[in-house]
Amino acid sequence: MMQADLTVILPEIVLAVYAMLALIGAVYSSRDDLAPALVWLTTAVMAGLAVWIATGTGGTRIAFGGMFIDDGFARFSKVAILVSAAVVLVMSQDYMSRRGILRFEYPILVALTSVGMMVMVSAGDLMSLYMGLELHSLALYVVAALRRDNVKSTEAGLKYFVLGALSSGLLLYGASLVYGYAGTTVFAGIVQTVSQDDLSLGLLFGLVFLISGIAFKVSAVPFHMWTPDVYEGSPTPVTAFFATAPKLAAMAMLARILYDAFGGISGDWGQVLALLSLLSMFLGAVAGIAQRDIKRLMAYSSIAHMGYALMGLAAGTEFGVQAMLIYMAIYITMNVGTFAFILMMERDGRPVTDIRALNLYARREPGKALAMLILLFSLAGVPPMLGFFGKFYVLRAAYEGGLIWLAVAGVIASVIGAFYYIRIVYYMYFGDEGEELDTRSSPALWGALMACAAAMILGIVNMFGVEAAAAAAAATLVN
Amino acid sequence: MSVSVFAFYLFSAGAIAGGLFTVLSRQPVHSVLWLILAFISSAGLFVLLGAEFVAMLLVIVYVGAVMVLFLFVVMMLDVDFAELKAEMARYMPLALLIGLVILMQFVMAYGAWDANAAAEGLRAQVISADRHNTEALGVILYDQYFLLFQLAGLILLVAMIGAIVLTLRHRTNIKRQDILAQMYRDPAKAMELRDVKPGQGL
Repeated sequence: MMQADLTVILPEIVLAVYAMLALIGAVYSSRDDLAPALVWLTTAVMAGLAVWIATGTGGTRIAFGGMFIDDGFARFSKVAILVSAAVVLVMSQDYMSRRGILRFEYPILVALTSVGMMVMVSAGDLMSLYMGLELHSLALYVVAALRRDNVKSTEAGLKYFVLGALSSGLLLYGASLVYGYAGTTVFAGIVQTVSQDDLSLGLLFGLVFLISGIAFKVSAVPFHMWTPDVYEGSPTPVTAFFATAPKLAAMAMLARILYDAFGGISGDWGQVLALLSLLSMFLGAVAGIAQRDIKRLMAYSSIAHMGYALMGLAAGTEFGVQAMLIYMAIYITMNVGTFAFILMMERDGRPVTDIRALNLYARREPGKALAMLILLFSLAGVPPMLGFFGKFYVLRAAYEGGLIWLAVAGVIASVIGAFYYIRIVYYMYFGDEGEELDTRSSPALWGALMACAAAMILGIVNMFGVEAAAAAAAATLVN
Repeated sequence: MSVSVFAFYLFSAGAIAGGLFTVLSRQPVHSVLWLILAFISSAGLFVLLGAEFVAMLLVIVYVGAVMVLFLFVVMMLDVDFAELKAEMARYMPLALLIGLVILMQFVMAYGAWDANAAAEGLRAQVISADRHNTEALGVILYDQYFLLFQLAGLILLVAMIGAIVLTLRHRTNIKRQDILAQMYRDPAKAMELRDVKPGQGL
């Protein structure tokens, strides 16, 4: 029995064992100059695992008495998590080693947080869900404070830690209520006790607390307060990491618990998610207008984008889950490209995050400015770009799920939010003369920027097969 | 009154008194000592329930390690508790009001709650009589919840890495202990015996 179970979690085991071996090797040699090599090795391992999972056997496999589920949905999420984590890791190497904060623990912590995320999206039990969540967030708290001599970075780490602990408390309280009233922590058991006509108030309370705890992780309003400060204070490569894989993992975990454990009452949690979605979209769109710091701006942008992804889930349909997965995949690609650009923004070797520093950037770097323009238009949801199709999918899901008011609100919020993306474009092309940014760029960052921008244009043909994969993944979750 | 009933009341009273005085006592060191009493009383209650392994864990881990550590922390840190309490007192009315509202909500909600009929059947079985509780815990921890146990280990590993990443500084300008150099020290070279004549010095 144990052997069959272990084969199901083999990818997680491989990554965890790799991280531990790498740690032992790095500690024994005690040389920080090993870090770049470890970054590349970790990237290779994660990319290899992504390929392995993507080409692996189909079907749903359940291990450890229902605690771990390996199905199409989990595999889709894991591939996206591993690929984005690997890409961000490569992007961070140049930036971090030039600023002397690339320590060999960084790639190891990223590998361990990826293990946590893989467990999160595969969780079939409240306990394994919590374990995955803690493993993933604990490593994130540490990397947020990685630049430990910097007040803002340590503040970001501490703030994230304290608020994260609070949200874990909410989640655990909800989990204990659910356990008490359902009699079990396994999702397959909870779903039996949850039915539309005979829903105990205790379970509903527990569900609301669970959603609140997870909403913190996806930074949905009103649990978003940590996001701007943590995004601003963390080292930029770490911010890029925060904005990509963990968001998808938390969103997939939310979908997992809602459909696997509370699938019978989609009407009840649908309205909670619809409210979170509405608030996130509008707060992200409106509060972003006042921001001059591009990292804070991206924080509000991510809050707004999470609102749209929640809209797909709120619809409570299989198409809604598919729309959410497509939206998150596109969102991750856009953010990787945008952060590759932000990582290249520097003056005299020092990072610059003020958007007014981009004045007339297009005159000096037309190629990079054009790529950024495409990405920003895509983030705003302007039609020919891929970002529009992501929004289109979730809006259609909301419309078909009967949430027409939410879809209309989403369109309005997207128009408001477009302002701050287009303002950056304005600065780049029509701004005033000002101090110039350096024109230095590293091959990894330049490649990531150009590849993501190209994906925004070329993806409209067939979305590189993501649409079909997301449909298959959603079908395994909702049944 | 049988012995077990008497023991139950004794330990219960000890636990309640310990908990109460942990909060009420003015000296932080006394608070810690009262907390130890509360833990030991709870351990006694666990023994009465037949869960002797949990009772021993409570004594060994909490009383033996955690509380002693607490005691050291309290004694070594110079925290002005009176000032903290004064700060607390300012918010007390508001806190009491919120607590009262939440309590009323819970009373109302718990009164109306009921569990699903299927929930009772899903509940985990009480351990069978032929297996003592240490063995039952071991089976749960290392067999049934093997995955969770290993994940918890990974979490602790991350916590350890994190603590080291965020605090360890490799200093180059300090003297470190070199064990090999110490062992291969030659006494003939390390010291020299001199016969000092009285009144002359070296």
